[in-house]
Amino acid sequence: MSFGSRARRHPSFVLGALLTALFAGAALLSLVWTPWPAAEIDIPNKLATPSAAHWLGTDSLGRDIGSQLLVGARTSILVGVVAVLIGLVAGMLLGALASARRGWVEEAVMRLSDFTFAFPALLSAIMLGAIYGPGLMTGIVAIGIFNIPVFARTTRAAANTVWAREYVLAARAAGAGPWRITLDHVLPNIASILIVQATVQFATAIIAEAALSYLGLGTQPPTPSWGRMLNEAQTQMFQAPQLAIYPGVAIALAVLGLNLMGDGLRDLLDPKLARRR
Amino acid sequence: MTLFLLKRLLTFVLTLWVASVVVFAVLELLPGNAAMMILGDTATTESIAIVEKKLGLDQPPLRRYVAWVGGLLRGHTAQSISYDTPTGELIAERLQVTLPLAALSMALTVVVALAAGIYAASRHNRLGDVGVMAASQLGIAIPSFWFAILLILLFAVQLQWFSAGGFPGWSEDDGGGLWEGLQALLLPAVALAVVQASVLARWTRSAVLEVMREDFVRTARAKGLSRRAALWGHVLRNAMIPVLTIMGLQFAFLISGTVVVEQVFVLPGVGRLVFQAIANRDLVVVRDVVLLLVAMVVIVNFIVDLLYAVVDPRLKSSDA
Repeated sequence: MSFGSRARRHPSFVLGALLTALFAGAALLSLVWTPWPAAEIDIPNKLATPSAAHWLGTDSLGRDIGSQLLVGARTSILVGVVAVLIGLVAGMLLGALASARRGWVEEAVMRLSDFTFAFPALLSAIMLGAIYGPGLMTGIVAIGIFNIPVFARTTRAAANTVWAREYVLAARAAGAGPWRITLDHVLPNIASILIVQATVQFATAIIAEAALSYLGLGTQPPTPSWGRMLNEAQTQMFQAPQLAIYPGVAIALAVLGLNLMGDGLRDLLDPKLARRR
Repeated sequence: MTLFLLKRLLTFVLTLWVASVVVFAVLELLPGNAAMMILGDTATTESIAIVEKKLGLDQPPLRRYVAWVGGLLRGHTAQSISYDTPTGELIAERLQVTLPLAALSMALTVVVALAAGIYAASRHNRLGDVGVMAASQLGIAIPSFWFAILLILLFAVQLQWFSAGGFPGWSEDDGGGLWEGLQALLLPAVALAVVQASVLARWTRSAVLEVMREDFVRTARAKGLSRRAALWGHVLRNAMIPVLTIMGLQFAFLISGTVVVEQVFVLPGVGRLVFQAIANRDLVVVRDVVLLLVAMVVIVNFIVDLLYAVVDPRLKSSDA
């Protein structure tokens, strides 16, 4: 069966892909259209309940909630993509290096990534925020740094199994050097594992971005962000509890979609594992 | 065994040392001058000089690093810039909230996750299993701080069973008490535990399933052991090793989760301390709190390493 037809029969992959498409679609739509300008303040209309004009109502400054959610999706994707790319590129290089060189290089890379695990993205963001001030970049860099050891470990573990294969031995016998083998054999064979990991890390990055923005360490006003919307909603909890619902649902659906899609991809790209589970 | 412990101890000490160097170096990278940043653009040269002297910025970095770590080892901490008290005192006071919160949520996590994970594995591919897996998938997707807000909405705003935040203190003199304190920490602990337990339950389930496929379990069953007896007698102990590893790794997330949830519930823990310190530009407090949080993660993972040896006696002889 082709990948496409197997994918269509995998319920969690289909659900995950649909949610992810919705999430990406919202971000793309916000580039060309939002019901209202997302940052437009309209005090007379503050805390409006859902209506034809404002589908999800307005916040304490009269800003349209729906428009803010759409633009917030864009912020989440921007932070997620850049942070995952930082982790993927640096982690893949380190992991491939560790696997190709083995010995003390591998030991050093692994100890380094063990060590980085003791610094969750939040602690990096706290330090960076204390020095450079909070902001979008602070969040991206902090989450990106945290992703490096994740990808370094995944790459190394997967690459080590490829290095043990006969075709690699054949390539070595034919005189190929470690970098040629890494490029021609190792990376193409572990690409699917890295894609799955990237999907899952993307989901983690969205939660991390929301948490940092909620704390005021991430995206700054006037850029809409789901995390900051929740922070602002908390101050209005007694007057307008609904404000605390929408952004949270948006985060949860986006994360759920990516996680389901990641799980589905893992099953689809590695049928052996799927049968065992 | 001794060698195993010595190796772990050495790694532990080295990691703590590297962590202190990293924290010090990162905050040292500060563009411009720390004293200027603390005082703002309008500061006079004299006031900058006073703060510089107070922070020891007139000394070279290496000497400041040695003074800092040497002080920590002797139990002396530097003066906070904004509070004018030693950071050690500030942190110790705040830990009275953060540590019980972390412990309570870890306990909730372990109980819920082990129960759900073992249950799901024992009902593999049946309705119970599918239900636990779906619920945990949802639990992972919900950010803990949003779940915390939802708990406040339900239990504080709607039902009014709990207060929406704050901490009455452990001592009855402050108007608090043991029960009042625990009550204030319960919702935050639940909010933290939901995500952690969802992750851990999935790992527990797959670890148990993995071990159940092993030959020795089949042998035990062939000897006439019931499914239940094989599970409790043979499977769980072996499945605990990966589960312990994940718990150790999760502790780092629990610590950062605690910092966030403290903000949601306005709890006076180390999380709030560090955010106030960022707002006040109190780098001394930021430095010491970050090092403390990293140290807690490293210490917990060291304890996990030690627990391996208890759970898996094979490590005592082979991996030495």
